[in-house]
Amino acid sequence: MRIGPFLIATVITTGLVYGLNKKWGSVPPIGKFLSPQFGVWQNAEPAENDFGADLKFAGLKGKAEIYFDNRLVPHVFTENDEDAYFIQGYLHAKFRLWQMEFQAKAAAGRLSEILGAGKDTAILNFDRNMRRLGMVYAAKRSVEETEKDPESKSACDAYTAGVNAYIENLKESELPLEYKLLDYKPEKWDNLKIALFLKYMSLDLAGPENDMEYTNAKTVFDAKDFDKLYPITQDSLDPIVPKGTVFLEPSVKVVAPANADSIFSSWKNSTAISEIKPDRDNGSNNWAVAGTKTQSGAPILCNDPHLSLNLPSLWYEMQLHTPNFNSYGASFPGAPSIIIGFNDSCAWGFTNAMRDVRDYYEIKFKDDSKQEYWFNNEWKRAELHIDTFKVAGQKDFYDTVAYTIFGPVMYDKSYSGKRATNDKYYAVTWKAHDPSNEMMIFYKLNRAKNLDDYKAALPYLSCPGQNCLFADKRGDIAIWQQAVFPAKWKRQGDFVMPGTDSSYMWQGYIPMEENPHVINPERGFVSSANQLPVDTTYPYYIGGHHDLYRGYIINRYLRNMNGITPADMQKLQTENYNVLAEFALPILLKNTDESRLSGEEKKFLDIVKSWNKRNDPDEKGVAIFKNWLDSVEVEIYYDELSKVTAPFDWPEQYTMVEALLRDSAYSFIDNINTPNLETTADVIMAAFKKAVPVLSKAEAGSKLEWYKYKDAGVRHLLRLPALSRFHLFVGGGQNVINATKDFHGPSWRMIVQLTDKIEAYGVYPGGQSGNPGSKYYDSFVDQWAAGKYYSIWFMHAGDKMDKKAKWKMTLDKL
Amino acid sequence: MKFFNSVLLTALLSFIAGIYISYWWFFAVIAFLVALLIHQRGFKAFFAGFLALFILWFVLAFWMDLSNEGVLSVKIASLLPLGGSKWLLMIVTAFVGGLVAGFAALSGSYLRSSKPKK
Repeated sequence: MRIGPFLIATVITTGLVYGLNKKWGSVPPIGKFLSPQFGVWQNAEPAENDFGADLKFAGLKGKAEIYFDNRLVPHVFTENDEDAYFIQGYLHAKFRLWQMEFQAKAAAGRLSEILGAGKDTAILNFDRNMRRLGMVYAAKRSVEETEKDPESKSACDAYTAGVNAYIENLKESELPLEYKLLDYKPEKWDNLKIALFLKYMSLDLAGPENDMEYTNAKTVFDAKDFDKLYPITQDSLDPIVPKGTVFLEPSVKVVAPANADSIFSSWKNSTAISEIKPDRDNGSNNWAVAGTKTQSGAPILCNDPHLSLNLPSLWYEMQLHTPNFNSYGASFPGAPSIIIGFNDSCAWGFTNAMRDVRDYYEIKFKDDSKQEYWFNNEWKRAELHIDTFKVAGQKDFYDTVAYTIFGPVMYDKSYSGKRATNDKYYAVTWKAHDPSNEMMIFYKLNRAKNLDDYKAALPYLSCPGQNCLFADKRGDIAIWQQAVFPAKWKRQGDFVMPGTDSSYMWQGYIPMEENPHVINPERGFVSSANQLPVDTTYPYYIGGHHDLYRGYIINRYLRNMNGITPADMQKLQTENYNVLAEFALPILLKNTDESRLSGEEKKFLDIVKSWNKRNDPDEKGVAIFKNWLDSVEVEIYYDELSKVTAPFDWPEQYTMVEALLRDSAYSFIDNINTPNLETTADVIMAAFKKAVPVLSKAEAGSKLEWYKYKDAGVRHLLRLPALSRFHLFVGGGQNVINATKDFHGPSWRMIVQLTDKIEAYGVYPGGQSGNPGSKYYDSFVDQWAAGKYYSIWFMHAGDKMDKKAKWKMTLDKL
Repeated sequence: MKFFNSVLLTALLSFIAGIYISYWWFFAVIAFLVALLIHQRGFKAFFAGFLALFILWFVLAFWMDLSNEGVLSVKIASLLPLGGSKWLLMIVTAFVGGLVAGFAALSGSYLRSSKPKK
């Protein structure tokens, strides 16, 4: 034995193994990661993989079969409902485990555990934001409520058991790629994670709130100017409930506090908080046409929710068939039931109501210990919650949050979102904090047979507010804006409110019957696209932040269409016509003096003049129009808005366009920083000249075609380019029915014709497998980008021998 | 013959261990034991261990990539970053396995070898 060399060689070997078994910064543990028998190579799914299997689980009650079609969509047949949810949980985990767990961790403010504190503690701040908003608090209350109801409890329990059945049998080599990359392992699933995921959706769909920005804006603008910048309705509004509809007398009478108006002008404290906010275009389109307008005589229902476009996709397509129901559609990996889909009798879909159900109150604490706050003329005790954050590679981080009668004090001296120091305390009141059992609306809709069943399902949706669309084989169509909405006085909750007494609190909730809704209207269609649901004759204040033009153009098309087929609906859902340009371009062109343009400027003007107002992928006019109009917005408003020193919201583009159409002497046109009085023509010309250099640069890089300019893609949840799909040839955009922006847009397109034999089409920009090593990871992306659909196979028990059933999994109780 | 046998035995046993033993690095123990059992001088032992795992891991990676039709390897090769070259990824993979096995074998060889004669 040569002791010296032996020791040296042994130390090197163990050192190598140790070093290659460990994550170094963002570099995965290279040895473990590259090992063909354990690491990432194991995720290289054979292209001709056989998804068939014979499995036994203790959690099952009976026999079950899963038929996968050639797109890897599972059609699940079980002998009872619990088994269907067990298998749904199992399949979600099998194909999407990492994303489910990651999203639940994000919702719970636990990303630092796996990702570390991040650059400038961005990830830890994200986590603190989630906890301070009360996400876990809300989810826990939701679990209590869900478990009170035997039906929702059994569905959640079975689903959770199915997820865990997969996790328990998971070998290290079978871990999804992202676990190997980040070097951690999945934990057991539970019902709290289901609730967390649903709360995360509530948050994502709560985009409209801008209380902080509005509060900042009113430090500078008086009430009249404020209303001009951020009006509560629009001229070209085509609401969900047709104009002229007579509303019920309000059963909840709300009274504005006596000092509400004076507070508006005197309470001018700027908040200086920049919130972490969801994408403001988290909207959607949905509509249903009655049999009177279709070729088949049966209703057609269409829905496309606009959300962040990620890989793995938010959606997982599947069919659940039990003796009690048979439903098909898009499901959320992380929750039981079909979310947007159809069954043997009816179809349903959702768009975001964009209502404001989250308000902030300024709290007066006795001292910095946050133990007592002033409320209704006395000091009241706050509940202090200490949150522990496990941070990868660092010591635990502790955060103390005070809970008041309004809700958690989200912002305080220790935390002000992303911004600088803040010396105020803001508590957040959010409808999602209240106990609710949202998953039951999906549970009930999956089993709905008619309009009454639909109405019976709606009350379960308490938050987020959605426009719930419905159509059935009997020929009924309906839309209902549903949630438990606070009844508000005008402008209540648009700003941060005083939290020293109860006068500014929510005074009651609007009963479901008084929520905006339309059933079987004479015009033969119902629709929504995140516009205001009603005109100003509706007795309650709507608030929030709404879209305008998509709803306007959808309704215009639907009014003029007859003898409609599913193919017509596909064309409408992917329509690229830009109606904003129809309103705005004539004003721009009318105010342009061509004689004052250079050759370069004239060149771009000519392109936009001959533009067909379509956001088709290869049109060049879109980028010119967009830049020009954006530039006009800056010219008109920036001189005034720049006086707001804290974060503010730009007025909606439609507000500006409507103002210009209405009033050639719109007061904001004048640049207050110059002695001259600017005219509309002055600002439009100046805006064009400022936009041209941007356009010249785009043209020089041959990036003027819309798809290149917009550069849309679908990103991996960790934003890893190698696992994303970039540079897609797609058109569309904001204000367009095909609402595809850069990384945001129609996340599931569905069309269902409710003929005796249902005819349905669907597509989403992703694939059924969450594994980047599978050819089913992004297999729908190109079809989606091309605006094409898949014909949906709604399988029946008699179809089991059909060739479309490519793989079969049989399951039984152990 | 000794060299060939130890390469073959190390590769074969490492492959089998990879199926039944859930530590990715267990092949290092195999390489060590084989070098102890079939004694060769330091450099030869190292090279035998290295070659065994280099070949094993390369072949496995190559085979899995083939049936995967290169869907994953290109992505991982851009992630790591290896310029998106799947061949480079396979070589790096094989080299990592080979390096660990080589040193483990070297260690096994030294445990048995006597002091070189002066």
